[in-house]
Amino acid sequence: MSLVVRQPGIQTTVQDLGRPAWQHIGVPVGGAMDSQAHTIANLLVGNEANAAALDCAFGGVAVQFEAPALVALAGRDITASLDGTPIPPWHAFRALPGTLLVLHTGCRTTIAVAGGVDVPTELDSRSTSLRGGFGGWQGRALRKDDRLTFDDPSPLGARISSHLESRQRIVSDWSASATIRPPYQAHPVVRFLPGPELALLTAASRDALSHDSFAIAHESDRMGFRLSGPPLALSVHREMLSSGVTAGTIQLPPGGAPIVLMADRQTTGGYPRLGDVIAVDMPLIAQLRPGDSLRFDPVSLDLAHALYRERDRQLTGATRAMHLRFAPGADGSR
Amino acid sequence: MRRRSAYCATVWPHSLVPLGDRAVTIDLSAVAGDATRDLIRCLDAHVRDACPAGVTAIVPAIQSLTLHYEPTLLTFVSLENYIRATLATLRIVPAPTRAPIEIPVCYGHDVGPDLDVVASTHRTSTAAIIEAHTAGLYTVAMIGFLPGFPYLEGLATALHTPRRAAPRTGVPAGSVGIGGQSTGIYPCRSPGGWQLIGRTPRALFDPNRPSPSLLAPGDQIRFVAISAEELHDTTEYA
Repeated sequence: MSLVVRQPGIQTTVQDLGRPAWQHIGVPVGGAMDSQAHTIANLLVGNEANAAALDCAFGGVAVQFEAPALVALAGRDITASLDGTPIPPWHAFRALPGTLLVLHTGCRTTIAVAGGVDVPTELDSRSTSLRGGFGGWQGRALRKDDRLTFDDPSPLGARISSHLESRQRIVSDWSASATIRPPYQAHPVVRFLPGPELALLTAASRDALSHDSFAIAHESDRMGFRLSGPPLALSVHREMLSSGVTAGTIQLPPGGAPIVLMADRQTTGGYPRLGDVIAVDMPLIAQLRPGDSLRFDPVSLDLAHALYRERDRQLTGATRAMHLRFAPGADGSR
Repeated sequence: MRRRSAYCATVWPHSLVPLGDRAVTIDLSAVAGDATRDLIRCLDAHVRDACPAGVTAIVPAIQSLTLHYEPTLLTFVSLENYIRATLATLRIVPAPTRAPIEIPVCYGHDVGPDLDVVASTHRTSTAAIIEAHTAGLYTVAMIGFLPGFPYLEGLATALHTPRRAAPRTGVPAGSVGIGGQSTGIYPCRSPGGWQLIGRTPRALFDPNRPSPSLLAPGDQIRFVAISAEELHDTTEYA
């Protein structure tokens, strides 16, 4: 079972949820930029959250299926079509052999296929490490005419497929509910935990960080999003030694323009750490395009953890509901 | 947000710095001098050997150790208690003595395009630069920045050289460079601003090896000069 890349778009890579355990030897975690969209897209086609899927930067992506496939799209501002017929995101749909799926526009779109993209596991993950040149599909972004295979659907995926087939539907008449989807916006307020060097900002810079908006600069990529806004400055110079960083760390390089570290971030960094975006708000940043902007809002670790557990409960609940609804013998109706 | 623990602070002065909601950095910069390196090595080994469920990564650095964790499996309070209890009972064992690892380097030519710049900066010959660089004994302080990239300590003061004004967009894998007070080896193609003085045929990182990184913190290395032919014949890079 396979699909062929007809148009790779700006940068499309194979990603799962990353390889956290190899950071001690400098290996970036990688993985889907928007792990929540990735998880939900996989759920819609009956995959485990960690199954490998396509992670597309913006639109202009086209893939042609060579075998029947159950597919789902997730992300922000998606317009897509299957052989010219519009396909909504957050739904499951059947792609018949020969059909062409076109992602016209999007920010960071997950294209999940039932069974998951079948690439070798390297260092515990199927994610593409662009910098390391390994993992995913040949350690690189997809190119025109690449042919990717996918595994057999899970029993759940197979039952979802037959449910659609028996009703002669291409697109499901159910979808991921808004309550489990991230509340995407072009200008979100992003919550963060204050970092060790935040207190060293000048008073004017502290004020700017909490009140002004910061635009996503064009030099943003899978490693980090560069922000443009009022330049920030520290009141004292502190000599920094490199230490661990994480997805969401807000670094302040000497130029005064902060960087939010993203999925392909390096494992350690030596720039002042203004704070760290909380996990549940990372999808909001991942889905911003150059020109979109954000504002920062400091929160406590306790609140961040409460929000994290709540989101985990919602996703676990949605997974359980899918399994119940498409249990063997159930007819898939509510 | 800096939580200072009073408990056992007299044993190993440390502070726990939450790094977002899924990681915590154990800052050991207050530990005196050389003890830091042994402490971090032993703490890393201890946690790696028997860490609580929910710890997803252990990242040692020069004066800190960062633990990444999954908040649905491990609360911050229980992680904090685990770290304090571990630091209170940790046994520091001396580092095993191992012979330095030899890293062959072809200096100059087209693979070390900045060797002349480094020599002229120090008003000496390229041969003298090569001699000084191969005479040094370097210690791997940490691995980070790129897969398998060693932060090396021990560059002779006479070799300290400012970085290039304009970084290169693509430094070839295996390149050996000098940047300020540091020397290092690029494990994979990457942008970089260091002065490139040579190239090694040894692969610093290979995901298919049982131990993907050639080097580990605490390793000692020496550079050994080789010819362009040897570089060509023994290269482990594709």
